[in-house]
Amino acid sequence: MNYSKCRVCGERAIIDLPRHNANFCGEHLLQLCRRQVEKAIKDHDMLSPDDRILVAVSGGKDSLAVWDILLELGYRADGLYLGLGIGEYSDVSGDYSRAFADERGLTLHTVDLRDEYDYDVPTAAKVTKRVPCSACGLSKRHLFDKAALDGGYDVVVTGHNLDDEAAVLFGNALRWDVEYLARQHPVLPARNGFPKKVKPLMRLTEREMAAWCIVRGIDYQVDECPMALGNKHLAYKDALNSIERESPGSKSAFYLEFVDKMSPILAEHHAQSGRDLVACTSCGAPTTEPDSGDAPVCAFCRLQDRVSGIEPVPVEMVLNKKARKAYLAGQAAGE
Amino acid sequence: MIVRLRQPTREIAVDGARTVNQLLDDLEMNRESFLVIRNGTLVPGDGRLDDDDTIEIRPVISGG
Repeated sequence: MNYSKCRVCGERAIIDLPRHNANFCGEHLLQLCRRQVEKAIKDHDMLSPDDRILVAVSGGKDSLAVWDILLELGYRADGLYLGLGIGEYSDVSGDYSRAFADERGLTLHTVDLRDEYDYDVPTAAKVTKRVPCSACGLSKRHLFDKAALDGGYDVVVTGHNLDDEAAVLFGNALRWDVEYLARQHPVLPARNGFPKKVKPLMRLTEREMAAWCIVRGIDYQVDECPMALGNKHLAYKDALNSIERESPGSKSAFYLEFVDKMSPILAEHHAQSGRDLVACTSCGAPTTEPDSGDAPVCAFCRLQDRVSGIEPVPVEMVLNKKARKAYLAGQAAGE
Repeated sequence: MIVRLRQPTREIAVDGARTVNQLLDDLEMNRESFLVIRNGTLVPGDGRLDDDDTIEIRPVISGG
């Protein structure tokens, strides 16, 4: 019987990767992924062997895969899971994160927004009348930074993959948002009270990361965050995957060539346009000085001041019509 | 074959053997956005699916 063969060993393949014009068996898919992560780390000076690493863990495929790969490569890495209060989705995501850590004897720190800061993402979205991803992203950035600095970690690792970065680049390029384009880099060095942050999966696609987890037997949160349903980021990913299907390799060329060729040019702009930072008078985190002359308070503390102490808002109350329909269908199906 | 789909979780029946790529095309799913799993193992695009198989089509895209 005919079957596709692994490009490396000739054994039966389990996955086709059109961007590499090749098929791979499980063992050599894992080898490919490890090598891509090693290359990203080396090319961008992301990590040193002695670094104490904090992985931002969500319970999804990317964060668990990057944690797994770093450990395989010999790095010392702990995890931090942030309980965002997004109903059952958060409960299940936390379960996957804890199970991964427990099975491997790893250290997983946990911060629960509702328990420790008296708010959650759906409530923040409702009160601020902004898209849920706004409060979610702000909370994550602040609390991962804080945990890294408080815990004495050298670097924060996030599971952003090639698809994530290409979608962000696509969105920024559609608007030619030079400020955001200049900031989009797989390494943010430690500066002014911010820890170093790196993205070792920058060379690997979502499909490859899901495949890593399946081959490695890692259980992860497969379902989409209900609050992300219908967001622009997903629309950009769909658009890029439509192009990728017609022209394999386009997505990686779009992002990786940007990093190689455009980032150095934009970095100069970024260096000239950066504003001085001062300490937040509430929590001490770095923030910009307000033009008004008021005392500087960081965006996280301003958010917390607005939304903490308010009765929790159910997830379905802050979804748009399309997302609510999908969410309720999922609930009915027992997800 | 029985095809398990996600987001939301549901099952559909598809008649007739075909390759993974043919199945995804028939269901109007982009091959870049999904993986097909049979008995816990990935099946490549030209892998043949038989009428008595039970498979999962797993989305790989996340919006977070």
